[in-house]
Amino acid sequence: MLSKRIIPCLDVRNKKVTKGVKFQNNVDLGDPIEMAVAYSDGGCDELVFYDITASAERRPIDIEMVREVANNIHIPFAVGGGIESLDDMYRVLLAGAEKVSVNSLAVKNPEIIAEGAKVFGAQCIVLGMDPVKTDDPRFPSGYEVTVRGFRERAGIDALEWAKRAEGLGVGEIVVNSVDADGTRDGFEITLTSLISTSVHIPVVASGGAGTPKHLVDVFTEGRADAAIIASMIHTGEYTIAQIKADLVEAGIPIRRRW
Amino acid sequence: MIAIIDYKAGNLTSVRLALEYIGVECEITNDPSKIVAAERVIFPGVGAAGEAMRNVGELEILDSMRTVVSRGTPFLGICLGTQIILESSEEDGGVSCIGLVPGTVKRFTPSDPMCKIPQMGWNTVELKKAHPLFEGIEDGSEFYFVHSYYPSPSDPAYTIAETEYADVRFTSVVGRANLFATQFHPERSGRIGLRLLENFSRWDGKC
Repeated sequence: MLSKRIIPCLDVRNKKVTKGVKFQNNVDLGDPIEMAVAYSDGGCDELVFYDITASAERRPIDIEMVREVANNIHIPFAVGGGIESLDDMYRVLLAGAEKVSVNSLAVKNPEIIAEGAKVFGAQCIVLGMDPVKTDDPRFPSGYEVTVRGFRERAGIDALEWAKRAEGLGVGEIVVNSVDADGTRDGFEITLTSLISTSVHIPVVASGGAGTPKHLVDVFTEGRADAAIIASMIHTGEYTIAQIKADLVEAGIPIRRRW
Repeated sequence: MIAIIDYKAGNLTSVRLALEYIGVECEITNDPSKIVAAERVIFPGVGAAGEAMRNVGELEILDSMRTVVSRGTPFLGICLGTQIILESSEEDGGVSCIGLVPGTVKRFTPSDPMCKIPQMGWNTVELKKAHPLFEGIEDGSEFYFVHSYYPSPSDPAYTIAETEYADVRFTSVVGRANLFATQFHPERSGRIGLRLLENFSRWDGKC
């Protein structure tokens, strides 16, 4: 049976892993390579790295870091942040990343998803989206997509965008709830389930993981195929093995040997 | 020396890095003379069968592949590389493939509309018979898969291991003498995947 994936997220700034709440008050947590190796040895199923200041600093993604990660871990990892073109995608994939994650760029230029999927394969192209809850009737799903690290509203309905991206050929969608991000109060179950039951490609839930129970909920009620975790392991409060033990107990299919 | 065949079917970096990590010498190449001269050959690949077969044809690497497989050189197929060594694939409206192993490649057709295609992630691999490449790897271990089509060899004798997804138990490892081919990605499957590659780097091609 296919296992549900647990994916630690490493937000990287100035070559350090950092974590904030809703993209603010970031504190440095450690070296990305050391943390990646520790998590991979500890049983995570995949990793994702976001170069969170590349876009704002108008510089390309830190390829040297991608290369270092690829030299040291042998499980899939995705990279995002500062991807502006097919060339950027190519550099990241050639450096050894399995997947490249696009977010604001895809909103600005949806065709880049289709081109990337055609050139590199759909499995390489991940759409990241940051939806926020809204009562505005222009967004029938109740969620509007934001871009540039939640700073701007895109004027697009989140569900509509997910379906469109699937049509354009992305291999997977990461749904990162703006409302839940960094709160550790649990995933946005309604949003995750809405997207996951409306598309036929894997959906990764992101934002709000604080306890193993939150992961159980997002894999059952939320219908997620994978879940991103950050603070709950970065702080040392939980290990991946502990989280997985709880998920196994709850009957969730999980990779148990690594 | 292991030759990793480059036929423009996706990113070969992870295969090279995994081999370098375990200290095995390798070279990414599409030069038929290098393929024929190699001690071992890896035929990787991601993407679509149709374009992969066009590239195989244009690069004129077919003869060298047939040569190494027929004379007993240890040969490892990975993912799309595994699919196109069968005779044909349902992908791209039907593609005639290399035919090193009798059989076809089929698309997952789940009855549950909620079943996601491609299969993306870790799934268990159940051994149907012992094989030197699984030495030191527990039966039922998990490996990393990304695919929408699966190999279906015509004779169960070619099935080394099976995996279940989308209502089907499919052949996740194809084997025939010195040829061993996985639908999953050993290079992305952590320590267990590296162990399989280590086993391959020492394999004499005999079962």
